[in-house]
Amino acid sequence: MAKKFDKPKMVPVPSHSIIPERDASKSPILECSHLGIDFGGLRAVDDFNIAIGRTEIAGLIGPNGAGKTTVFNLLTKVYQPTRGTILLDGMDTAGKNSAQINRMGIARTFQNIRLFSDMSVEDNVKVGLHNANAYSMASGILRLPNYWIQEKAAHERALELLSIFDMQDMANMKAGSLPYGAQRRLEIVRALATNPKLLLLDEPAAGMNPSETAELMENIVRIRDMFQIAILLIEHDMSLVMSICEGICVLDFGQIIAKGTAEEIQANPAVIEAYLGKKKEA
Amino acid sequence: MLNKIKNLKSTTKVDFATYFGVIVAFIVITILMNQGMLKRAHVGMLVPICSYITMAVALNLVVGISGELSLGHAGFMSIGAFTGVIAAMSLTSAIPSEPIRLAVAMVVAAVCSGAAGAVIGIPVLRLRGDYLAIVTLAFGEIIKELMNCLIVGHDSEGLHIIFNYNGSKSVEDLHMLTDGAVIVKGAQGTVNVDTISTFAAGFVLVMVTLVIVLNLVRSRSGRAILACRDNRIAAESVGINVTSYKMMAFVTSAALAGAAGALYGLNFSSMQATKFDFNQSILVLVFVVLGGLGNIWGSIIAATVLYILPEALREVADLRMLVYAIVLIVVMLATNSPAVKNVLSKILPKRRKEMD
Repeated sequence: MAKKFDKPKMVPVPSHSIIPERDASKSPILECSHLGIDFGGLRAVDDFNIAIGRTEIAGLIGPNGAGKTTVFNLLTKVYQPTRGTILLDGMDTAGKNSAQINRMGIARTFQNIRLFSDMSVEDNVKVGLHNANAYSMASGILRLPNYWIQEKAAHERALELLSIFDMQDMANMKAGSLPYGAQRRLEIVRALATNPKLLLLDEPAAGMNPSETAELMENIVRIRDMFQIAILLIEHDMSLVMSICEGICVLDFGQIIAKGTAEEIQANPAVIEAYLGKKKEA
Repeated sequence: MLNKIKNLKSTTKVDFATYFGVIVAFIVITILMNQGMLKRAHVGMLVPICSYITMAVALNLVVGISGELSLGHAGFMSIGAFTGVIAAMSLTSAIPSEPIRLAVAMVVAAVCSGAAGAVIGIPVLRLRGDYLAIVTLAFGEIIKELMNCLIVGHDSEGLHIIFNYNGSKSVEDLHMLTDGAVIVKGAQGTVNVDTISTFAAGFVLVMVTLVIVLNLVRSRSGRAILACRDNRIAAESVGINVTSYKMMAFVTSAALAGAAGALYGLNFSSMQATKFDFNQSILVLVFVVLGGLGNIWGSIIAATVLYILPEALREVADLRMLVYAIVLIVVMLATNSPAVKNVLSKILPKRRKEMD
């Protein structure tokens, strides 16, 4: 695996067939207003307002324990929010569960990798294609024509999606036996398989070396351009966030302390204070 | 042809080997039976073995593949056994052909058990882990007690059913016509049953079960069930409705257990509801665990061997259960020991490749 990163990589571009048409001119894909959740007496996230454009790459940063992953869990309804609304593509997501949210168009990866580690790489992607290539339980058991058609389509689509990260050769390997970086990439592929409008990446570069991170950055931008989707990412690697995110949102103690472009964030005294602490009074 | 086989996926190869093994076993046993080389006692074990294989494969779908520990599967077998017997006995005149009557009885049993599985599954599958195990155990016992109160008779007017829940009712309360016959006599269980189950029918049931379970697992629904087992949150995050797939596995398994129960019930002229108690559920669970969770052919072999073993050990009478227990422990230790795995990998070169 290691030698793969030494040579410049030629990545095959998937055919146009797997990329859905999207209208990028319309209103924001995601709008949160006054979003918040309490755990007992603790306000984990409070008054969270954000709007993300249709093909925007946005970053969510903040010190440890600021509530970044909690925001992701609220957006994907792992937790039901205590307050506020989330509009996805203009539609209210109140009362929906995680599975329904995914079908509405939000896909995510996890900070601590959650692959189906006993299943093959290809099957992991096929699970992501669950709703795209649907057929009934009866056609599956009786192997009716619909089964063969959809399974063939799912197989081809899975390989095509894996080719984004040049992983098609690993299709038959067990997902749990992949190297760490490949597992992170597979999670992104699985999320993309659900054909999302908004992709949430939770620390995609965690545990990667600088060359892997650089490659990942290129890939994130490429995915955005190819699929014409919005991406919101949580990341601690500031070089990655500052170079690819068009909008950045800084969270501290569950509240937004700054929003803006990379330059604005870098110059913001509140952000510097949150990360480095207050200057001692002389 | 050989190349074609080589190109198949490893899971497909295992599936075909499983079907092939079952078919070969059936042919060999049938030939032996026709040659009169099997003792009567051995022939009598064939149908129960088929029934237990079906039970084990069905339970493996819930415990191994769906990952939910169910301790009440004997309850579904019980429902299947009683509804199957009642259906077969009441249809005696309507369907003269025995194999067709048996098939109809199995379908009725499967539908009833599946329905019971759905009713129990709705509250139970909201629970996880130990809680689910305890509640399924309780439901298994409830079903046993309910079946114990059942009094059923059949005459030219149709079925007569009463629930003897306070012990005050008897067969006379059925008020049957003179041509009537009692099918289920409360705590005495089924009586005077036509034993229409055959080894061939058992073989067909095992094959149908294998086709259903293996094809289900290798399909989209099966992947979803496996995904829910491996990581519930991730499965939800890719748009899979976890509860409905848990339910699908549970109901399918209950229906298959019901069919197995019908085969079992129609193999004995009488059978009591207390037969399907907690021990029975555990017995089947032992088949599944020893055969390997999620391993279908393992369940088949474990069910066969562990059903025959106590019978074969009758000669050592008192030590029977002791030997049985020791065999269980040895098998479990051996299959988990790295030394044995090493030896196995040397014998089977393909395995070694996979392990690397």
